[in-house]
This record gives sequence, C-alpha cells and structure tokens, in this order.
Amino acid sequence: MHTGVVAPLDQADIDTDQIIPKQFLKSVSREGYGDFLFHDWRTEESGAINPAFILNREPYKGASILLAGRNFGCGSSREHAAWALKDFGFRVILAPSFADIFRENADQNGLAALSLEESVVRELLARAHNEAPLRLTVDLEQCIVADSGTLITSFEIDDFRKMCLLEGLDRIGLTLRQAEAISSFEQQRWPNRPKVAPESF
Amino acid sequence: MIGDQPSTLLDKIWNNHLVHADPGAPDLLYVDLHLLHEVTSAQAFDGLKVAGRTVRRPDLCVATVDHNIPTTDRSLPVLDSIAHRQMEVLRENAQSHGIRLFDVDDERQGIVHVIGPELGLTRPGMVIVCGDSHTSTHGAFGALSFGIGTSEVEHVLATQCIPQRRPKAMEIRLKGDRPMGISAKDLILAIIGEIGVSGAAGHVIEYTGPVIGSLSMEERMTICNMSIEAGARAGMISPDPTTFEYLRNREFGPNSDEFADLKMEWRSLKTDDRATFDRRVVMDISDLEPQVTWGTNPGMVTGISGRVPNPEEIEDEEVRDSTERALTYMGLGPGTPMESISVDRVFVGSCTNGRLEDLREVARILDGKRVHSGVHAMVVPGSTAVRRQAELEGLDRVFRDAGFEWREAGCSMCIGMNPDTLSTGERCASTTNRNFEGRQGRGGRTHLVSPATAAATALTGRFTDPRST
Ligand code: SF4
Repeated sequence: MHTGVVAPLDQADIDTDQIIPKQFLKSVSREGYGDFLFHDWRTEESGAINPAFILNREPYKGASILLAGRNFGCGSSREHAAWALKDFGFRVILAPSFADIFRENADQNGLAALSLEESVVRELLARAHNEAPLRLTVDLEQCIVADSGTLITSFEIDDFRKMCLLEGLDRIGLTLRQAEAISSFEQQRWPNRPKVAPESF
Repeated sequence: MIGDQPSTLLDKIWNNHLVHADPGAPDLLYVDLHLLHEVTSAQAFDGLKVAGRTVRRPDLCVATVDHNIPTTDRSLPVLDSIAHRQMEVLRENAQSHGIRLFDVDDERQGIVHVIGPELGLTRPGMVIVCGDSHTSTHGAFGALSFGIGTSEVEHVLATQCIPQRRPKAMEIRLKGDRPMGISAKDLILAIIGEIGVSGAAGHVIEYTGPVIGSLSMEERMTICNMSIEAGARAGMISPDPTTFEYLRNREFGPNSDEFADLKMEWRSLKTDDRATFDRRVVMDISDLEPQVTWGTNPGMVTGISGRVPNPEEIEDEEVRDSTERALTYMGLGPGTPMESISVDRVFVGSCTNGRLEDLREVARILDGKRVHSGVHAMVVPGSTAVRRQAELEGLDRVFRDAGFEWREAGCSMCIGMNPDTLSTGERCASTTNRNFEGRQGRGGRTHLVSPATAAATALTGRFTDPRST
C-alpha cells in the first residue's frame, strides 16, 4: 500500500528520451539519475530551473505518484528511465497504458506501472490540478486506488506481476531454479536441431 | 503446423524455444543470440558480480561499441571521458567473461543491428535479444528478436533464458503495387502513421503480402527496425529465397555443407494458411508518396505533397494537445506545405538506413551535384564494413564531392550521445527512426525521411520529392 501526492503530466506518448535524455546514459551505475529526470523539461536551455514545469512546483516536488497519458514510456528500452523515476521518489505511475519494455523495466525495479481506465485518468488529472495536493492511496494487494478511504477505481494486474512487485522477487533466482530444464533443452534440442544458432565463435 | 494446429510464425518460434512454462507465470524462452553494446550492459555485468553469478553462455553473446563512439578520426583518443569509461568497462567485461567484442578498431565493428545480419550472426528461427529497442531489426530474417532492459540483460547473461508473456500476433498485409521511387522507409512510416505509435502494443507484427516478398533484405530490415515505433514487441518477415541468398558466405553464417539442411528447416518458418492472427491490418500502398514526419513522434507523418496539420481541425482533445505541442516544438505553423520547409542539416545513417543500399541510393541522387549552400550534411555508415564497401564503390567520393561529410561507423546523430548533435532550433532531415523532442540534441528539430528524400532535400535545402530530382 502506498499513499502519496499525485503529479499530473497530461500528455500521451511520453517517451523515455524525455524521461531521461541520452546525455545521462553514460554512467555505469544504476543510481543518481533522479536529478536528471525529465531534464530538458525541468530545466531551461541555460541550465536554470524551469519554474513552470510541474515537478519544479509545490506541492508536486515531493510527489510519489505520477499520473500520465496513454503509452507512457514508449521508445528506447533504456532502463535508466525506471531508475530515474524511482530515484526521484516515484513509487507508482498511473496511466491508461504503458509501452511494453518500459513496464517490464518498471516491474524489475519495484516501480508499480498500473493501467487505469482512460476516463478515470482524465478525471484524476483534472483533480490533481485543481485540488493540489491530491493524495491517493494505491493498494496493490487489493488492486484499488482510493482517496482518503473512498474507493476511486480498481485495476487489473496479473498475479505474477503483483507478486513480483509486492515481494521484490529475485527473477534470475527464479529462472535458475529451472537450471535442469535449461540444460536439457541445450542438450536435447541443440544437437538434433539444424544449427540455427552459432555453436561457437 | 504445431501438431495438427495451424500456427503463426510467432507461435512456431516461440514453441521451439520454450524451456519451461508454469501456469500464471511468464514462459521461459531460450535465447540463441544475445547482442550487447556499451550503454545498456555495464549495470548488468555489475549485477552479476554482486550476486556472484557468471555468464552462462558467453559463446552466444556478441558485443560491439556503437552508441557513443566518435565518428571522427579513430586514431585520436575519445575526448568524452565518461563515454570513454563506458567503452572501457565493456572491454573489461567482455574480456573477463570471454565474450567476443568487435571493438572500435575491428573491421567488423558497427551498429549492433547492422553487424548482426552482416556477419551472418542473425538467422531465421532464432530468438535474439539485445538491450536496445531496435533489436526488432533482426526480425527481417524470420527471427523473434526484441529489445530488453538492463535487468533483463543481466537475466539473459546469467541464464541464457528470458521470461516472457506470449505477445499477441498481428498481421500487417500490404496490398497493391509499390509505386516507383517509394522506399521501405516510406512504407514503414506510412504504416506507423496509419496505426499510430502504440498501434501494435502487446503484439508482434508479421509483415506479409507480395510487396514485402519483393523487398531486399536491407529493405526488410528497415521495416522491421521501426516496428518498435508502432509500439510492437517485435516485427518479423517469413524467410524466403531472398533471405537464404543473403545468408550465403557470411563470416559467421552457415557453411555450405549446412546450408541445404538449414534451408529445409527455414522453409517451415512461415504462418500456416489457416492460422489466425489476433489482429489484422490491410493497407493499400498503391498511391503512397514519399513520407516526411512533421511532429515529435514517428506517427506524426504525412506525404511529401502534404501539409502540417491544423490542430483546430482535430476533434480528439488529447491528439489536438499533442499536435499543438509538437508544432510549437518543431517551430511550424498549421497548414504549412511540407515542401516549403527548409532544413539546416541532413543526416544519413543509423540502424534504420545506414546500410549499403541506402548509401547507394543517396549517391545515385547526389551524383555530380552539390549540397545546397545553407545545409550541413553528413553520412555515417552503419558499420565499418559498409564504410569499406562504399569506399570500394567510390560512393565516398560522390558524397564528398557533393559536400557531405563522410564519417566512421556508429550511431552518431541518431541519438547524439557522441559529439554529433543538433543545436537548438536546427532543423534536420534525418534517415533515423525517432523524431522525439531533443533526440538529436536539445531543441533540435528532426524530420524522419528515406535516404532518397534526405539526398534530394540536401540538394535543394527544403523537403523535396526525390522522384523529381
Ligand atoms: S542507430 Fe540509433 S536507433 Fe539504432 S541502435 Fe544506434 S542509437 Fe539506437
């Protein structure tokens, strides 16, 4: 369960180039990207802070729930986008839909990218502007979004994703439990199958 | 057929690679080829180390440097110390895990999606992954090939498998004859314009129809490359004799003894007649024009004789807002004819259009002519091998004589991570795949076009129909 301030970004198709521009992809670590989140929107050309951008304004500066238009996270597969959102302090992203790779990257980092009905997102966007700060509670276990105890909407998420988000499962560990199946796949299928894969270089 | 069920190409490759399936959980797929580059791999190797894990099949990994290497003189040191460090780290990781790296001084270096096919690493029926969304390119060979994030790169390094939910299958069938002078880039831009940038989300696209069958491998790669721009998980084209011919005599490709058997196997890699797709789109391309984007995503596109749209005429509020926003960023007024828009820069290159046929097409149009005086133009070949071959054919002379810069291979201004970028307000006709805000440099204005349109535009200084030059 997470409760936090909602920052509205009423735009569809927000791509990962906007979330974290390429000049910040040269680092070899997973941390420290939060300062560069939405960099070109958050700063002026001169490098000064753009006071008009939502995440530079009170009460959104400390927001932990991002509300956005459809197809959030499209474009480049850079996981840096999920790292930057998380590092900035976001725990939940709500949008009508997400790009496939982004959603997977978010899952991998315990960032809950949850799809809500488009009409609900529209209403919430309006409220987040008008009643700032709008605080919402996202209950992953119950699959609901609530506003001080009042149910706003429920959402769907498959059980596996839910479990991964709630328990922060070691996904690689999970696959390694299938080590035998992997080995037997390699042994049985490969020699018998025409070599579609290069055996060795 | 799988059993006696008619099935799609996607189903066939999927079932061929299924290592394990648990109800409720994603399927576990075996990965035949894992491509790596400097920008999305360091944290994955680091994660392995922290967890005390190793690379399961270094022999199925191939790495190269492409994203942030300079495209100027390779004998000079890399001035960007952070980019330099990233390349160093890839070298160390490749070395310590026994992964083959095509480094900056290697004749086989190039953009990862250009060299995979060129070297014969990419083959029909494979599952291929890479920490890069344009991995969809390799689907041109009838492979299932998709981009993954860095945590998944780590997953594949450790297990040679990737957990995936089975995507839906979507057919995009092109019908009608391809008009003269219409390139593969025009086809895919028109497709994205038609279905939208999230039109294929959750799906793997299979492109079908006689037009697709008539395309060369390089043209097919251009199409599959941009599948991600329609939101697709991957794009694919069933292998045929054109595919088989391409795969002959490639350094890492099948040798001649294997070829006959492989061809038999590859022939089965097609969607069965009675198989059904989850979704089908049929597009008639008989009247297609060369395409140019006017906005800030690849779906914001029109024919060369078209105009910039007028937001006031758009009913959907969200579309109107994004159109307005795009026009402000692009510095364009509603209703402006595309052919009246002038450009400052022309960029030819990238994993979409940085191959030999693309360069030949550009050279054909430029031959003996000069770039417009207001235009700074550049060709960056997709790989070192493309560069060498282009030089053998004398294409570099044509480019230089026309006033184009001729560079070393890499991603370059497709992403602008190296020093090749646009400045604020500069307008560029680009053969790349993304016209997102700031993609080629902060404040830069990117218009996606085919290589032919880029060349014709370089000559006149404004968007020009290449069929008129
Ligand atoms: S050329 Fe552009 S799109 Fe292709 S891999 Fe490089 S940066 Fe990505």
